[in-house]
Amino acid sequence: MKRPAELSPRLEDALARWEGGTSRRDFLKTSGIFVLGFSGVSGIGVAGLGRHGSGGPGEANLYPDPDFLQLDSWLVVHEDGTATFYVGKTDGGQGTGTAMRQMMCDELDLAYDRATLVMGRTDMTVDQGGSGGSDAIERDALPARRVAAEARRVLLELASERFEVPADELRVSEGVISVASDPTRTATYGELIGGRRFDVALTGRNVNETTGLASVKPVQELKIVGQSVPRYDIPAKVDGSLEWAIDVKLPGMVHARNVRPPFAGARLVSLDESSVRDIPGFIRVFREGNYVAVVCEREEQAIQAAESLAVEWERPEAAPFPPSEDLFDYMRGATPVGAGTGSSPRPREEGDPDAALTGAATVVEAAYDIPFQGHTAIGPAHAVADPSDGQMTVYTNDMKPYSHRTGIAEFLGMPPEQVRVIWMEGPQLYGRTAADDAGFEAAYLARELGRPVRMQWMRHEETAWDTKGPAFAIDLRGGLDEAGNAVALDYRARIANYAHVGYNQADTVLIAQLMGIRPERPAPGGGRGPDEMYHIPNRRDETQAVRFPLAFETPLRTGNLRDPNGPQTTFAGESFIDEMAAAANADPVEFRLRLLSGTTEDDTTFRRARSIAVVEAAAEAYGWDARPSPRAPGDGRILTGRGISYAYRIQTTVATIAEVEVDRESGRVLVKRMVCAHDCGLVINPDGLENTIQGNLLHGISRTLFEEVQFDGEKVTSVDWRTHPTLTHMDAPERIDVAIVNGDPNPDRPDLPHYGAGEPSHRTVPAAVANAIHDATGVRMRRIPLRPERVLEELAAAGL
Amino acid sequence: MSEVTLRVNGETHALDVDPATPLLYVLRNDLGLRGPRFGCGLGQCGTCTVLMDGRAIRSCMRPVSRAEGEITTLEGLSTDGELDPVQQAWIDEQVPQCGYCQNGQILTAKALLDRNPTPSDEEIRQGMNGALCRCMTYYRVQSAVRRASDAMTNGAGGANGTGEAGGEVDR
Repeated sequence: MKRPAELSPRLEDALARWEGGTSRRDFLKTSGIFVLGFSGVSGIGVAGLGRHGSGGPGEANLYPDPDFLQLDSWLVVHEDGTATFYVGKTDGGQGTGTAMRQMMCDELDLAYDRATLVMGRTDMTVDQGGSGGSDAIERDALPARRVAAEARRVLLELASERFEVPADELRVSEGVISVASDPTRTATYGELIGGRRFDVALTGRNVNETTGLASVKPVQELKIVGQSVPRYDIPAKVDGSLEWAIDVKLPGMVHARNVRPPFAGARLVSLDESSVRDIPGFIRVFREGNYVAVVCEREEQAIQAAESLAVEWERPEAAPFPPSEDLFDYMRGATPVGAGTGSSPRPREEGDPDAALTGAATVVEAAYDIPFQGHTAIGPAHAVADPSDGQMTVYTNDMKPYSHRTGIAEFLGMPPEQVRVIWMEGPQLYGRTAADDAGFEAAYLARELGRPVRMQWMRHEETAWDTKGPAFAIDLRGGLDEAGNAVALDYRARIANYAHVGYNQADTVLIAQLMGIRPERPAPGGGRGPDEMYHIPNRRDETQAVRFPLAFETPLRTGNLRDPNGPQTTFAGESFIDEMAAAANADPVEFRLRLLSGTTEDDTTFRRARSIAVVEAAAEAYGWDARPSPRAPGDGRILTGRGISYAYRIQTTVATIAEVEVDRESGRVLVKRMVCAHDCGLVINPDGLENTIQGNLLHGISRTLFEEVQFDGEKVTSVDWRTHPTLTHMDAPERIDVAIVNGDPNPDRPDLPHYGAGEPSHRTVPAAVANAIHDATGVRMRRIPLRPERVLEELAAAGL
Repeated sequence: MSEVTLRVNGETHALDVDPATPLLYVLRNDLGLRGPRFGCGLGQCGTCTVLMDGRAIRSCMRPVSRAEGEITTLEGLSTDGELDPVQQAWIDEQVPQCGYCQNGQILTAKALLDRNPTPSDEEIRQGMNGALCRCMTYYRVQSAVRRASDAMTNGAGGANGTGEAGGEVDR
């Protein structure tokens, strides 16, 4: 049987229970017939008469997909009555795993500490897509809850047979079933099914619909859900014992580093291997098209070889993109992608915005600019690939291990069954990071070399070449009537998002681009305006993509970055609503509530009512003093103000208030305090939610005040933490208040849904900060990031 | 290659490596330690932090030949399975998100508190400033430093106390 040389202890822990007989994989592979054997020493053993027999090296179909329509794929009850859950999600540090374990324990009626949870292993956990879109709690927890409820139902059925008592005359408490009329008659889950398969088929057209016969519990009966259970992953992260993806070491493993083109669009003319051949431990230089990598026995040797390799590159004839200081002029002046071909997306329109603007008593206009921003993960991308026996195992922190697997299989021309991806902990995963790219590179090099390869990106590579959140240039016009009511809103955005890179695509991943592979149809790069529930009768929402001369092999490749487009569009939208409120001489909170209350219509998730609830809750938690902005600036060096911003994302509604200090001499902006009112429905883990929101807010401050990818006409010049700065301890707010809101009109309903929280609050931050600066100074900051020199410039222009 | 002697977490290691090799790679790849992690290789982020004779240093910048003195990594903070009060405070405050940088946060805090057991809020912000976190857990990190400070100064167990002394401190 093929087993990886070393696995994370956490996974091994989950697997260890099967070591007496067979592996989890074979457990899943076996058909309904099984032999149960007891041996006093090794405990239980399950041997199967499987469809595939025992997996030997080179065997086809070595890593089949766990079948989501089998209960055994999701959940195992062990002989001692503990359980292991298997979910196809990953955890980027928001406590997703802990929350899912809470929910599944609750449905199963098992104490939280009697279960473990395995995530994101393509050969062991059903394909739920991994992470993305803040959807784990909102969407993927539902099948997880249902299968756990189904397991409980089946266990009750087994007990019913054993006791010859109808199931509805049984009681369940923490993994023990008892007869209601005779509580001395009990059976533990372990006694009923421990170590054996449920062999229960589930139904559902896709993994999200997976269900058994049982219903999930009403909210009122959930006991573990709603508790601030400490995260299970934290102790091992604090004492240094956790094995991360970066720690994986395999026998015979070698170290790789990439050599990137020094200019965007550069063509490799020649390379001189003799420049590195004498480096101790040197193994090989790989070159395919413009992709270059070096492999050495030791890590520091590979770094030295990558730095020393003599490569001749040729500049492209045309400039690949404008320098960053000309970016927004370029974007506004460029011809949009698809213009004149009929394929340009049509604007969304309601009413007659042009006529309403013409007839408005007051017209407000403003333009907002948001640059490219990077993921710039704290740990540069990395992966280990093991090609043993003609298979491929990739150890990665990629948040989407399933598409990582299929993408790598496609790229290498291997059947997916021979590829598996093992997700392990790593630096934050807020979207389409370079973890995708590093895994493909490791797998390619491992296959070529026939040895396990560890790929590690360097800092300059991570910052310059990781995918970017797209730049926006947004123009807004708004109309107010005589009474100061908003009657028109015209939103027109340009987004630099052409050839947007998707997740784990074999034809857009960086190594493929550099090898000369091109997608048949590059992503056109659309977008849409901010997500809010304002009732404004006449509106236009138009987003057009623009492209640069160079669309591929460019470090300005865009990909999903936390809450893709949300911070950018909400910055413009919520800054502009504030500008309209100021023009109407209205209090910013009151103005927003008026816009949200302009209709009584709502959607099925009550997003309008829940929007009103968060705006009101934020104002109350902050102690908002109603008055128009700006306040009269004081005479002192430090000016203070507060600003609000509101948005929804999918079903979650958020309102955030920032309180800032602006230093009029240095231009430094300090966010002193933040209040966030957040309605994501049913809360699974309040403390975990609060930590997630705090991270969202601070990441938002970082993007608002500091982050910008800079480039000259031929390369990205942001290559480290000085040239792509980030928030530091000195910039953290002194106080953050999170108000958990439940604005559902029927908040006690038993089926109260749980929505996502991984991203929604993030988008509210830039406008809240900019609105607070306006409140403090009367100056409107419309260009992100709000760095001191820009603040000083605007203050000077305003005579402050 | 040449012989280099290292004192790490109370043990002495004789290693045959290029003396210019950054300490980080020797700790990780030769000694199999997981606490110090690669973040930038430039000394800018603090992810690779280790203690050298109690001072926080950046192991990505330090040639192994110049790693004199007693090196302590995250693994070496706890003694006989008992967590350092700083580590305990990190658990009590549920600080980490992804946790990748927390090695640097914890060891920077440890060095700070050993130097100044009762730092003011401003001293915490300044003392911790070089430790970057992209999950932006700064708010909880600062709370945890305050909690650890309370535990270490008020707790009966002193520097290697149980950590329970700080258990009731409000966030």
